[in-house]
Amino acid sequence: MHSPRSLVGGTPVAAHEITFDGRELPALPGQSIAAVLWGAGILAWRTTREGGAPRGAFCGIGSCFDCLVTVNGRPNQRACLVPARPGDTVTTQEGTGRADLAV
Amino acid sequence: MPTSPSEPAGRAGRADPAGPSGPATAPTPAPTAAPAAVPRPAAHPGPAAAPVVASAHRAAPARADLAIVGAGPAGLAAAVTAAGLGLRVVLLDAGDRPGGQFYRHPAPGLGAARPEALHHGWAEFATREAALRAHESAGRITYLPLHHVWTVVPVGAAGARRGHGAPATEWILHAVAGHAPEERAVAVTARAVLIATGAYERQLPFPGWTLPGVIGAGGAQAMLKSGLVLPGKRVVVAGSGPLLLAVAGSLAAAGATVPAVVEAASYTAYAGRVPALLRNPGKLVEAAGYGGALARHHVRLLTRHAVTEAHGTERVEAVTVARLDRNWRPLPGTGRRIPCDALAVGHGLVPQLELATGLGCAIRRSPDGTVALELDAEQRTSVPGIWSAGETGGIGGAQLAMIEGELAAHSVAGALPAARLTRSRARLRAFADAMAAAHRPGEGWTGWLRDDAVVCRCEEVPAGRIREAADDLGARDARTVKLLTRAGMGWCQGRMCGPAVAALAGEEGAPDRRPLSCPVPLRHLAELPPAGH
Repeated sequence: MHSPRSLVGGTPVAAHEITFDGRELPALPGQSIAAVLWGAGILAWRTTREGGAPRGAFCGIGSCFDCLVTVNGRPNQRACLVPARPGDTVTTQEGTGRADLAV
Repeated sequence: MPTSPSEPAGRAGRADPAGPSGPATAPTPAPTAAPAAVPRPAAHPGPAAAPVVASAHRAAPARADLAIVGAGPAGLAAAVTAAGLGLRVVLLDAGDRPGGQFYRHPAPGLGAARPEALHHGWAEFATREAALRAHESAGRITYLPLHHVWTVVPVGAAGARRGHGAPATEWILHAVAGHAPEERAVAVTARAVLIATGAYERQLPFPGWTLPGVIGAGGAQAMLKSGLVLPGKRVVVAGSGPLLLAVAGSLAAAGATVPAVVEAASYTAYAGRVPALLRNPGKLVEAAGYGGALARHHVRLLTRHAVTEAHGTERVEAVTVARLDRNWRPLPGTGRRIPCDALAVGHGLVPQLELATGLGCAIRRSPDGTVALELDAEQRTSVPGIWSAGETGGIGGAQLAMIEGELAAHSVAGALPAARLTRSRARLRAFADAMAAAHRPGEGWTGWLRDDAVVCRCEEVPAGRIREAADDLGARDARTVKLLTRAGMGWCQGRMCGPAVAALAGEEGAPDRRPLSCPVPLRHLAELPPAGH
């Protein structure tokens, strides 16, 4: 069975964990948050402001801003760019992620 | 070593910026008392003479001979060539490792033993990266990863931006450095600038393209190359352009099933451009390599077809593929469903120009319908002191980008490049133009764009509202559509929907105009010194 790992070989330095909506996910050093989520089969981690539609990574290079997510309580982080750090708490971002500021 | 002692255009008669700089914490460098005649770089050996980076947290800088924006194939090649010619170089890049999008590769911690397995032409990158590290430790290159340059401003000549008044004698590049929430404001001063900002993917929307699991073809490639992950197990690859073949090959080699590569153009369109093909046997071998990889993985190539809809609720579950006429209009009754759990889609690349257009650099229309920079034989833009190389001058691939980077470095250093570089550029550019013309979107593509399909992903504006703005309210360009509908006003600043909105407005597509090329914390703007300093 082919996999990205079987293609490039080698072994990662040391795995760590992050949580996504309370669920623990394995992460490899150097992976972005989006890569960790894809690795766990998760493709959506935001809902849109108007339609509440699910979104995740699209352009993969930081241009489209569709992969915005809340990391450690801070909303609007580009999951495809932000590295996953050990113990990061990632939560689905609803709309602007600033419900606390709603009037 | 330089073969000519001449300074690059835009350097003669430099003048220090007038007056003192702003407060001590300002990111703009303080003027220095350097003599009017710029000393040769050789007069500054050793790490201590490396251009220092100015920031709110560091000391005031010296100035670099050359600042390069982007460490992809063009910028990296330019940096090592320029350093080899004796220039002091600052290389700024938004990414955390050199290579850009094409040579994206896993972080060291991922422990990939064979990163080259994900790449074509890895050796060309590896030698240049080794050269970068050597120049870095020798103090000839200051490499600044995770530095996203958001604007470049001229110093020393008011009005130089639009070609009025004397040319600028030096430039300040403002960057956001690091990850949120610890971003820092950084400014770099240089006497010449090379813009090597590359490209991003062109998207043509279709119903369902916002579903999770629908991703850019280049995005899928980027995520695989850097994170060693796949979006699904059964991935349809669709759109137009040679990138699709490379993406399908990578995904299949990494274990995904690729039921089909759906290409809107016809590869027989290349037949009309035989001379450019015959002059590029290497490109034919590359194409044959992709073809062989696809055959090995039993991937079907459907030309003159398009994905006209993605289906699913929480994520993509299937796509409809339909036959197109010569003008990319879907033919009724030809649609069929292909089950999949991901779709990687893209329609070629768009040069990333906002830094250059912000400086007033002249543009041209490329054969693929995108806007690129107008460059002369030495890779100079129309603005003295500003060079460009790679995709910004028209989409042409990594090999061409590296050659252009080397040519630009020679020009900045006032050195004569090897004749083979100029010949290779002409040959590869001819091939790129042939390919660009073959994959230029046909006007009929909007035939698959139903009124209820989202066009602007950020602001969630459907095609119907954009058509209403164009047909009923008289909008004739993307800017007017934006004012009426908010399409293009969101986070991505029209990078994803721009080509589609322009097409619906009946416009050919306008050049990038984005005063800030990435999000900039307000505190960074607040810390800037007052205008005129």
